[in-house]
Amino acid sequence: MGQFGVGQAIRRKEDIRLLEGKGRYLDDLHFENQAYGAVLRSPHAHAKIKSINIENAVNLNGVLDIITAKDLKADNITGIPCLAKVESRDGQDMANPLRPILAEDYVRYVGDYIAFVVAETKEIAKAALEYIEIDFDILDSITNPVDASKNDSPRVWDNLDTNRVFDWENGNKDKVDDIFKNSELKSEVHLINNRVVVNSMEPRGAIGQFDKDKNKFTLYTPSQNVHLMKTLVSGSLGIESENLRVVSPDMGGGFGMKVFIYPEQILLPYASKRVNKTVKWTSDRSEAFISDTQGRDHVTKAEIALDKNGKFKAIRVKTISNMGAYLSNFAPMIATQAGTVMLTGLYDIPEAYVNVLGVFTNTVPIDAYRGAGRPEASHIIERLVDVAASDHGFAKDQIRRINLIPNEKVPYKTPLGPEYDSGNFIKNLEDALKISKWSNFYERKKEAKKRGKFRGIGIGCYVEAAAGGPNEDVEIIFEEDGSVSVLIGTIAIGQGIVTSYSQVLEELLGIDFEKINIIMGDTDKVATGGGTGGSKSLMLGASAMKHASVEIINKGKKIAAHLLEASEADINFSDGYFTIKGTDKKINITDVAKTKQSDLPENIDASLNTKANSDVSNGTYPNGCHVCELEIDGDTGHVKLLNYTVIDDLGKVINPLIVEGQVHGGIVQGLGQVLMEHCIYDHSNGQLITGSFMDYAMPRADNVPPKISLGFNEVLCTKNPLGIKGAGEAGTVGALGCIVNALVNALEEFGVSHIEMPATPESLWGIINSKQ
Amino acid sequence: MYEFQYHKASSINEVKEKISSLNDPKIMAGGMTLIPTMKQRLAAPSDIIDLSNINELKGISKEKGFIIIGAMTTHFEVHTSELVKKEIPSLAFLAGLIGDPMVRHRGTIGGSVANSDPSADYPSSVISLGAKIITDKREIESDEFFIDLFETALDDDEIILSLKFPIPNKSAYMKFPQPASRYALVGVFISDTKEGIRVGITGAGPCAFRSKEIEKALSKNFTESAIENVNIPSENLNSDIHASAEYRAHLVKVMAKRAIKKLS
Repeated sequence: MGQFGVGQAIRRKEDIRLLEGKGRYLDDLHFENQAYGAVLRSPHAHAKIKSINIENAVNLNGVLDIITAKDLKADNITGIPCLAKVESRDGQDMANPLRPILAEDYVRYVGDYIAFVVAETKEIAKAALEYIEIDFDILDSITNPVDASKNDSPRVWDNLDTNRVFDWENGNKDKVDDIFKNSELKSEVHLINNRVVVNSMEPRGAIGQFDKDKNKFTLYTPSQNVHLMKTLVSGSLGIESENLRVVSPDMGGGFGMKVFIYPEQILLPYASKRVNKTVKWTSDRSEAFISDTQGRDHVTKAEIALDKNGKFKAIRVKTISNMGAYLSNFAPMIATQAGTVMLTGLYDIPEAYVNVLGVFTNTVPIDAYRGAGRPEASHIIERLVDVAASDHGFAKDQIRRINLIPNEKVPYKTPLGPEYDSGNFIKNLEDALKISKWSNFYERKKEAKKRGKFRGIGIGCYVEAAAGGPNEDVEIIFEEDGSVSVLIGTIAIGQGIVTSYSQVLEELLGIDFEKINIIMGDTDKVATGGGTGGSKSLMLGASAMKHASVEIINKGKKIAAHLLEASEADINFSDGYFTIKGTDKKINITDVAKTKQSDLPENIDASLNTKANSDVSNGTYPNGCHVCELEIDGDTGHVKLLNYTVIDDLGKVINPLIVEGQVHGGIVQGLGQVLMEHCIYDHSNGQLITGSFMDYAMPRADNVPPKISLGFNEVLCTKNPLGIKGAGEAGTVGALGCIVNALVNALEEFGVSHIEMPATPESLWGIINSKQ
Repeated sequence: MYEFQYHKASSINEVKEKISSLNDPKIMAGGMTLIPTMKQRLAAPSDIIDLSNINELKGISKEKGFIIIGAMTTHFEVHTSELVKKEIPSLAFLAGLIGDPMVRHRGTIGGSVANSDPSADYPSSVISLGAKIITDKREIESDEFFIDLFETALDDDEIILSLKFPIPNKSAYMKFPQPASRYALVGVFISDTKEGIRVGITGAGPCAFRSKEIEKALSKNFTESAIENVNIPSENLNSDIHASAEYRAHLVKVMAKRAIKKLS
């Protein structure tokens, strides 16, 4: 293994450039002849647009164009489709109204798109928004998903009978109902998975360019999936996809939110053609709060049936999932196929039934947010396990030992569909308990009480499903200067993928880490791609590289055999060198790559350049165990996380330092949701109350536990050649249930069985105060 | 941001002149509230008169039992001033809790006090220490200065020159931050001054105020337990998504106790 090979905790090669301020984010890109766009957004949650008058605005000095739905219609610009299809249990297709680029007759949430102004400066564009006159007929709105599911609720879509998007089910209802009917022991928990705002550090943005001579559009936009962007944006624009190039520059965070296609990404190229200028739009933070897709927002009732020995027999879960006013590209999938299929977690539960009702509300569209349904599922099952343990007198660790899937049952197929290929789930738990000093926790709790603190500890055994596809192509090109270019359709979103890929390639081909250039995020350079999301990039990318390297070595052996005057069968390859077996005669792969065709016989191809596909047919199941220890200040309700222990089985770890960073970030995102993040709407009028960082709390350094102990229990995935399971979302998936369990444990003397997220100081103080 | 004219004044007289001659001017100290408000297009002054070039508004000095802090002195300067740390350490401590390093290097004590944000930190110290607000027209007693939400005793054209803090025997500040903004959800400043115990509360009400209830209890017995049975009425306290009035009233007691603890 080389110095920069697989398993080395090396620092990220992309960091120096970014830390020195040399990153090129969207807002750093400037073009000659550039104009600026601004979006007129709805101030109302639900209203009929009676008229739009742009006359005063369009006549302002410096205003170049104002686009409304009428223009889009005239030019056959179509809306953004939802790509996820969920069938209801009654056999009906889901409600699937097309999301318009700009509102035609109705606006359906505060922030909804009404018009797009193009002007010579950003200031003029923003000023012009105030001169557009709109006559609204304000209608009743609904923001709460439970209320929206009722028959007498205001309807988000006037042409639909109800707010129902789908009423989906999975599992065997009759069997599960039967088990519950006959079960001695049962438990249930009602919980809310609070809506959160994604808040990537870099807001969204887009630059549209139209080259009249080539009849070609270019769209610069931070995107987790430029190829999907190319397909959908060209589709909406009604152009051939080869006439659109999508480029994603450096990206300051995505968390899923930058996978999806937003109206601006269609408006910018369209506007560019209309005004014959490059047009740029960047979201400010206030816009991000009301236009970036948001996450979670589920209301759930979950039940578990167990026998008197504590062995789980079945779970039954009913969730109402808020979709927002429009269906974002993958929204219906999050609460259904992506999330709730993971509801049985790491436990051996023979039967499960889940029903998810998706509803429209007058809120910002929901879609995937780090974990995308799996944190929700993990939160439910881990809470349910703790409640069942408390209800029926089992220790929290013991009930998990009784029910975790034993090694001899792996590979294990769950009643909801997934098949866990590998893992050592009991060891995850035992290792985490040992490191967290679980067994003598109550001594620490007693000591804390003397200081006026309520100390709690919680377990979160988690499993998540990293995406299995779509498969990735990789193209490896040996350049004349000795460097190697790797073209691949995943995206760098700050996760360190450039470094991880380089380590894999150094390991596979012995190519100098520094000479490897990973090329991503440009549809003119990289032909295909499935983007980055679902913790899948490294698993798929490295698999494709593995397949490509086998071919490259085979090609190289032929060339090396010729150059070294040996038989191909006598050539070995290792650490970047082709060697004649049993001799010290060898040649480096980069020298082999430089061989000219003229120096080789015709039947040997001089080029090592190779394309390969990841060719993986299964998702993976990263899993592990979190243990969180915290204290609640009895006087104020303030929570301090103390020790946080994680044992992770992420399969093969390519770079432990990067993985540690991913796990830390994931946990912080989780604790943010548990303790403070909360997207609050005014139910009376649909206004977003937490529309800025003055009111929407994000976790900061002092909220992070002083120590996160991370250990790996590496069990190789059997479904891809390097055994990788994925690390991007695992921290968040494990954190929610674990931290809530610790909070409930801390306040167990007050008789609480559940605490809702976010567990704000006041809500915790309320529990303490009500009983003291 | 709407368009406006920017003026950098070099004397108080120049500021006065501009205020009287311009259409809808606004005086800017550090701009840490004003600029975000303008960026959100919630304020549209015709002119901004920047005070940052007026040297007589800057600096920290000691005069006969008082610490005098120029209105344009930044939070960072107060936080790191050897003089303030020696004479009124709680004030230096308070300044270090405001915002983040960027805000502390731009924001000023005069700007904060003049704004009377209900959850700003400084007003509690001004009230508790019994500081005088020195303006271009007069001296205003701290008890008369804070009127209501974003409302002070200042006239529209009145400019704070400095704050004159009597050096207390001892004082302490405790703050429970609002989780999102990190402004004071409740902040309690307790001072043992020549005039007796004075307690300034911020974050809890429409503007900073004195808690006569706590003062009375502490005057008899300067201990944590003296506060235990004090009743903090919640009727006129703020209630919002971050905290109910009852929780704020409770936190006033908790923070007061912690301030006392710090002093003993």
